[in-house]
Amino acid sequence: MKVVYADNNATTMVAPEVIEAMLPYFTEHYGNPSSMHSFGGQVAKKIEVARQQVADILGADPSEIVFTSCGTESDNAAIWGILRANPHKRHMVTSRVEHPAVYNLCKYLAQSGYHVTELGVDSNGMLNLNELADAVREDTAIVSIMYANNETGVIFPIEEIGAIVKQKGSILHTDAVQAVGKIPLDLSKSTIDLLTLSGHKLHAPKGVGALFVRKGITFSPFIIGGHQEKNRRGGTENVPSIIGLGKACELAKKFMSEETTRVKQLRDKLEDEILKKAPDPRVNGHRTQRLPNTTNMSFEFVEGEAILLLLNEKGICASSGSACTSGSLEPSHVLRAMGVPFTAVHGSVRLSLSRYNTMEDVDYIIEHLPPIIRRLREISPYGRETKVKEQTARASARI
Amino acid sequence: MWDYSEKVKDHFFRPRNVGEIENPDAVGEVGSLACGDALKLMLKLDKSGRIADVKFKTFGCGSAIASASALTEMVRGKTLEEAAKITDNDIADYLDGLPEQKMHCSVMGREALEAAIASYRGIKIEKPVEEGTIVCKCFGVTDNKIAHEVREHKLTTIEQVTNYCKAGGGCRSCHPQIQAIIDEVWQKEKEKAMIESARKPVKKLTNIRKMQLIQETIERDIRPALQSDGGDIELIDIDGDRVMVSFRGSCVECPSSKVTLKSTVEAKLQEFVADTIIVEEVVS
Repeated sequence: MKVVYADNNATTMVAPEVIEAMLPYFTEHYGNPSSMHSFGGQVAKKIEVARQQVADILGADPSEIVFTSCGTESDNAAIWGILRANPHKRHMVTSRVEHPAVYNLCKYLAQSGYHVTELGVDSNGMLNLNELADAVREDTAIVSIMYANNETGVIFPIEEIGAIVKQKGSILHTDAVQAVGKIPLDLSKSTIDLLTLSGHKLHAPKGVGALFVRKGITFSPFIIGGHQEKNRRGGTENVPSIIGLGKACELAKKFMSEETTRVKQLRDKLEDEILKKAPDPRVNGHRTQRLPNTTNMSFEFVEGEAILLLLNEKGICASSGSACTSGSLEPSHVLRAMGVPFTAVHGSVRLSLSRYNTMEDVDYIIEHLPPIIRRLREISPYGRETKVKEQTARASARI
Repeated sequence: MWDYSEKVKDHFFRPRNVGEIENPDAVGEVGSLACGDALKLMLKLDKSGRIADVKFKTFGCGSAIASASALTEMVRGKTLEEAAKITDNDIADYLDGLPEQKMHCSVMGREALEAAIASYRGIKIEKPVEEGTIVCKCFGVTDNKIAHEVREHKLTTIEQVTNYCKAGGGCRSCHPQIQAIIDEVWQKEKEKAMIESARKPVKKLTNIRKMQLIQETIERDIRPALQSDGGDIELIDIDGDRVMVSFRGSCVECPSSKVTLKSTVEAKLQEFVADTIIVEEVVS
């Protein structure tokens, strides 16, 4: 069956060049990079090449890159690493729209005796920077705010955030899992102290990530063990995946202009056409401060899981913020934080592209998505009248 | 990805009886846009009082649409009395099962049917079990509704309650209250069972069931207590109501083991198996 993969914020295809680069490290080059013999030592040298490649896409120094097992580990390592290194500071700041790796960790910390300030967002998914300035205190150990949102693609003004955090004398961590490889970053001129990235979001395999820790930042290791990664992360290196991540970063740098031009054109066409053809659509999130590959759309009076099942029948892979697709009953915390009405949250669909998508893919989705929405609308007991009724009810409630 | 049965997929991709009936005899509406699922069920009866036509409209996920479609097929041709007997489990069974987390979809089907029948009979209270105090604010679920689902489906955990009626699936702040409702329901059921068992004439157990009960009672209620004192007991034989046991460990030497035999072992077996049980100690 034809497969149109439009769920690249969930995970991406491993680039063929990446697989090719990795293969020898499963076979002939199986040495342990920590070994004294040159059989292992040659592998260690390749890890340093990969470290340079990762540093290059970030504009960082290789010594500032720590390899980890995934984005979630990098987030945990960053936040725990700073909290442990600053035990007298018991406060942190984050946002209400973070990925669960940060969001749920902060919830846990709040239950474990830390003070956590959660910043809300407006209907476009944007932060109020005055609120941030008020939230950062003398005892704020760390501010953890994502670079770009995984559900909506909304990009936060991270340098402005960093300037405020610096001015207040705190440390800024950003989960940039969705940003790295999609938009250009330059940490050499940046206020970011720690940054998380994940391999499988940029065409490297699952099970590898990295954490950027700026020189001079005191940081306690999250995984305690051997002396690997200069005592910043114990555990034998996942060599093939690290080599793969390095290659993927090199490729991402090479294709960066394509992401921000061709992929963006595909996304824009997809969004514009669907807005024209489907009944009662809306876009969730800021229209311009947004990743070039992502669109999050809602269709009122229909439910997201049903949309995904029907898309799946056509071979189209997408995601939804609907409660029924989340494994819990709670709809997307991101869309709820933005104040998106329940009617639209349940019927939300995220389409996220990559450089492997084509115009043909986009046309295929444009052809099939609107009829699916219309089909579900025919089954739905709600319609425009409901909306009018609800609005009247709301209006009269206000009076 | 949910693991839906072929039947669920069939009813989702090809839903039966979608639409509305003009001048229906009965309409049942449950759910809301905020909850993420809703169902409107319409019935038309023939002269003999059987359901001649049935249509539905659903806002919801795949299994909600499939449950509603299945329900319409199940009620067609039935009288309202017959239809009223359909339970949520019947709907799930008709679909060859629903994932645990999706059982609330079949509950919604049953509730819409109840509401439709009530509307036909002119009963104003559409959802009697919905009355009570709201416990789960996220999904607007009352204490009575939760207690009803707990009893109906023998639920013992908060997670199960969430699966059946959504309560507790949002902010989780009501979890302690849900746990309290579960505990209360089972405490009451236990008391009721005890009163009933006291009233009921002694049921004659089959030999196999009696042996099972004796073994279970020894394992569950007797051995742990003896073991905590360094002793133990072994079941040697059963002959009618005579249960032959042998003490082990510190019990063998213990002067009070004769008392234990009557006060603990025999008492427990009489309580849980039959009051005609006599326990004897044998040496083996």
